[in-house]
Amino acid sequence: MSTKKRLAVNKTYKLYLGGKFPRTESGRYYELNGRKGALLANVSRASRKDFRNAVVAARKAWPGWDGATAHLRGQILYRVAEILEGRSEQFEEELRAQGTTPAAARKEVTTAIDLLVHYAGWTDKYQSLFSSVNPVSSPYFNFSMPESTGVVAAIAPEESGLLGLCSVIAPILAGGSTSVILASHTRPLCAITLAEVLNSSDVPGGVVNILTGFRDELLSQFAEHMDVNALLICSDDEKEIKLVQERAVENLKRVISHVDGPLAESPYHILDFQEIKTTWHPVGV
Amino acid sequence: MAATTPSFPDLRMLSTIDQVGVEERARRFQARSIKKESKLSALKLAVTMLDVTTLEGKDSPGKVKQLCAKAMRPLPDDPSIGPAAAVCVYPRLVRVAREAVGQSGVKVASVATGFPSGQSRLKERLSEIRYAVGAGADEIDMVISRGKLLHGEFRSIFDEIVRCKEACGSAHLKVILETGELQTYDTVRIASEIAMAAGADFIKTSTGKIQPAATLPVTLVMLEAIQDYYDRTGRMVGMKPAGGISDAKTAIHYLVMLKETLGRDWLTSKWFRFGASSLTNDLLMQICKQRTGRYQSADYFTKD
Repeated sequence: MSTKKRLAVNKTYKLYLGGKFPRTESGRYYELNGRKGALLANVSRASRKDFRNAVVAARKAWPGWDGATAHLRGQILYRVAEILEGRSEQFEEELRAQGTTPAAARKEVTTAIDLLVHYAGWTDKYQSLFSSVNPVSSPYFNFSMPESTGVVAAIAPEESGLLGLCSVIAPILAGGSTSVILASHTRPLCAITLAEVLNSSDVPGGVVNILTGFRDELLSQFAEHMDVNALLICSDDEKEIKLVQERAVENLKRVISHVDGPLAESPYHILDFQEIKTTWHPVGV
Repeated sequence: MAATTPSFPDLRMLSTIDQVGVEERARRFQARSIKKESKLSALKLAVTMLDVTTLEGKDSPGKVKQLCAKAMRPLPDDPSIGPAAAVCVYPRLVRVAREAVGQSGVKVASVATGFPSGQSRLKERLSEIRYAVGAGADEIDMVISRGKLLHGEFRSIFDEIVRCKEACGSAHLKVILETGELQTYDTVRIASEIAMAAGADFIKTSTGKIQPAATLPVTLVMLEAIQDYYDRTGRMVGMKPAGGISDAKTAIHYLVMLKETLGRDWLTSKWFRFGASSLTNDLLMQICKQRTGRYQSADYFTKD
């Protein structure tokens, strides 16, 4: 074997838009340093135009994803979990590089995988749980059922690079909406690696779009875009939450705020991004 | 315009088109940075250049009326936008469109002459023009016989256009070359020369039924033909790219190319049109984006 030192081949962390991995159109990046101050990666710093392109991709992908059978959506989510399982070492390594202890990294990856399996199971069950037959005082069969809201923009938790991200994506996907996610600013590496997993798990291009960058730069864009139907923000900062709530009024998008941490496994997180449709069907005619 | 008898152009005078050069030049028009006020004025100009089009088998009087309303007042809450230049429909719907646009200044254009293939007898094609003009069309969009053109029967094409122009009377004639079927830029150039010499008021790229429809390079070839024809004869001819222009960004690329090729004089709806159906809403959405700073959603704009 040659004793020559091999040239390092480092991964370029780009964005994930419409099933592709483009660089940000702005050409900007920020430096991400590891625990001892060594450079881990140059991370893409997404601009508002990247966000706009992501929304276009998500809107385009929505009819297909919403129209897919619940069974298929479940299988695809399970597939994501399977592939994540196979690549868990890489995720653990990235988490450790970003400051997580080895034991905590191991736990975060397995919890994320289990969470994906959990939501994979919900895709064909939440409808029954949240539907209802309503008593009405006229001869109608009246029933309500949930439908996906459309394009959901989400600000992922800052403190949890992988589990936080998965806990945001999974309920949105399980419910048939498409998403544009802003990954953690200080822990962005797993986000782009997760995009590779999504991309090879039959998740159609555009269903999940992941941006990395600065929260304060993109927050109002996320809130103001007229073609975004709902917004999830994971933050402990009252000012941030107030800002998005105010900016979101123009198209009355639904704003869901959550503390800065992973969302628990719960079908109610699926319900957050559902619209309830009620049908009046004549009976006895 | 001089009322002389049209004469067949001397095609020996044409040099061949440098394909690589044209495509490279067209590509560069896409690199101009048009921002803020210039962008807003380009978007507003583009709206006034629209030939709002519906050419489907399922077109109904209701759909045409709706389209006319949109052409006259593209943004309901803002009268300063538009109106569009014209509505473009099939001959049977010209009367409906004529009534709907009234005296608003929006023109009624009709496709005719066996649109989109042009594969019917000249007699019927001419009577179709007369029917549309009689029903109130201000402009006629005719198709040429591409089969004959590709066979080299240039004189026949020339005669066909001259006859159509006669049939139009005072209506403007736009000649559709259907560049997607013409194979080479040289054929496009020849067809443009013949159409202009035969009296076309506008030359138009495509029917919108064939892919590829309008592209920047093919439009550039036609614009340069217009320029050369103007230099020789002093007569201005209009240009209408149609089909495939569905977003505001592309429309601005066309305007940049127009300005840099033919100059300011052509930068009006009298000499330049966009044949499009879905472009309208994208222009309106971009105008609202420029004004409010918020990216818009198709949910809040009327469907055509």
